[in-house]
Amino acid sequence: MYTEKVMDHFSNPRNVGEVKNANGIGEVGNASCGDIMRISLQVENDVIQDVKFKTFGCGAAIATSSMVTELAIGKTIDEALILTNQAVAEALDGLPPAKMHCSNLAADALHEAIKDYRNQNS
Amino acid sequence: MEKIYMDNNATTAVKPEVLEAMLPYFCEQFGNPSSVHWAGRMVGGAIEKAREQVAELLNCSAAEVIFLSCGSEGDNYAIKGTADALKDKGNHIITTSVEHPAVLETCEALEKDGFEVTYLGVDQDGMLDLAELEAAITDKTILISVMWANNETGNIFPIEDIGLIAKKHKVRFHTDAVQAAGKILVDVRKANVDMAVISGHKIGAPKGIGAMYLRRGTRISRFMHGGHQERNRRAGTHNVPGIVALGLACELAMKNMDKDYAYVRQLRDKLEKGILSSIPEVKLNGHPNADFRLPNTLNVSFNYIEGESLLLFFDMKGIAASSGSACTSGSLEPSHVMGAMGVDIVLAHSSTRFSLGAENTEAEVDFILEELPPIVQRLREMSPLYQREEPTPLSCDECRMVNKVCA
Repeated sequence: MYTEKVMDHFSNPRNVGEVKNANGIGEVGNASCGDIMRISLQVENDVIQDVKFKTFGCGAAIATSSMVTELAIGKTIDEALILTNQAVAEALDGLPPAKMHCSNLAADALHEAIKDYRNQNS
Repeated sequence: MEKIYMDNNATTAVKPEVLEAMLPYFCEQFGNPSSVHWAGRMVGGAIEKAREQVAELLNCSAAEVIFLSCGSEGDNYAIKGTADALKDKGNHIITTSVEHPAVLETCEALEKDGFEVTYLGVDQDGMLDLAELEAAITDKTILISVMWANNETGNIFPIEDIGLIAKKHKVRFHTDAVQAAGKILVDVRKANVDMAVISGHKIGAPKGIGAMYLRRGTRISRFMHGGHQERNRRAGTHNVPGIVALGLACELAMKNMDKDYAYVRQLRDKLEKGILSSIPEVKLNGHPNADFRLPNTLNVSFNYIEGESLLLFFDMKGIAASSGSACTSGSLEPSHVMGAMGVDIVLAHSSTRFSLGAENTEAEVDFILEELPPIVQRLREMSPLYQREEPTPLSCDECRMVNKVCA
C-alpha cells in the first residue's frame, strides 16, 4: 500500500525531534483525526538552517513529516512557503488515496512554523 | 525473518487436515448435491455429515444448521429475516453499540425502513448492563441481538443470562458467535438462543463458508431467493468443499478446545503480563478479569502513539497484529468499540489487538516482549504528545470530514 520511499522515510525518519533554540514552531492536526504534526525551525537571514519534526500519526503522517524536513532545509522561507502537501506526497512517489486528506499535512505544519517565525521577528 | 501471526480474530490459516478433507470435493466428488444422478449422490452424505459436526459444536440438532457463505451473511439473514417475518408483531430491535458491523449496519439499514433500534451502551470495561437491556424491551420488541464475544476486546457477554431475559419476555434472541465458536463453549440450547452465526475462516476452515443455527420452528423470511437448498432456507448451490471443511473444523475445534485454549490462554496471559509490566502508560482494553475475555485475545493501548505506525514497525519484525486506529479501520474514525467504552481518543487510536492461536509458541511471545518496548519508545520519542506540557489538540475544527468522534 505504501511506496518504497514512504517506507524508507517511515522506518528511517530524517530530522526527528525539536530544534534547540528554535525561532519558529508550527503544529497542525488533532487527536480526533489521529494525526498531529509539529515542526520546529531555526531560521537565519531568511534561510532555514535547521528543521525537525515530531509526529503522532500513521505511516504516511510520519513519512510526509520526514520528507518535508528534507525538502525545507537550506531553503529560504519564501521558497519553503510555496511547498505544498501535494509536492511532499509526490516527492514520496505518492500516497494511498485514503491518506491524502488526513495524513498529508506536513507542508501545513511547516508553513505554520514559518508564520510563527515571522510573527516573532516582525 | 521469522513470521509471527497473532491476528487470529481476523482470520486463521486453514488446518492441514481440513484442507486434505476438502480436496476430493473439487475434482473427484464434484457433483451438485441437488442432482439425482451418481455425481450428485456422491456428495449428499458429505454435507449431512458436516451438518452433524456443526450441530455437535453448537449443541443443536443437525436439521437446525443452515450453511451459508460467511458470518456477515448469517447476521444479515438472522436480523433482516426476523424483521420481515415479525413485522406485524413489532418494529423494535435491541442490540449493542459494540457489535460487528455486520450487525450494526444491518440494524442501521432497518432503521431506514422504519424499524426502531436500541443500541445498548457498555461500561468502561466493555460490559453490558442487563437491567438496562431488560428495561429496553417493549411490546414492540421482536429481536435481541448480542454477540457472544467481542472481536476487538475478546469480552464474553453473559449469553445465558440474556437468553433467560429473552425467554421471559418471549423475544427472539440472535447471537453473532463468530468469535466465540471454537474458542469457548457455545451451547445454543443451554443459552436459549434462537439464532447463532459462525464463520469457517475463524476456526481453520477456508474463507467463504459459514453457518447459522436456526432453532426449530423459528419463522424467518428468506434472504437469498432461488433454489430450494437448505430446506428452502438458503438458496444457492452448496459450497461442498467449504461445507466439508467447516464440518471438520468444528469437529476439531470441539475435540481440541480444552487443550488448545488452556495453552493459548497461558501464552496470552504471559504476553499480557509482560506488556503491562514492562511498558509504562499502557491501558488494557476490555474486561480486567481475564476470565471474562476470550482466552486468545489481548487488546492494549500504548499511549502517545498511533496504531498503524506500531503495526508497520511490528510488520518489519515479522509480527502480525491489528489495530483499532482510524487508519487501519478503513474509516476516518477509530474503533467504535473503543468509542463505546469511552476510551480516550488518543488511546483509541493506539489500541492494538493480539489474537493468538494454538500455533503460537512461547518463544514468539518472548520475542514480542523483547521487540515491543524499543518500538514503543521509538515512536513515543517521535510523538509530539509524549512528555507534552501543553494540552493535546483534540478538536476537529480543521478537519473537513464530518466525524462522529468530534460531536
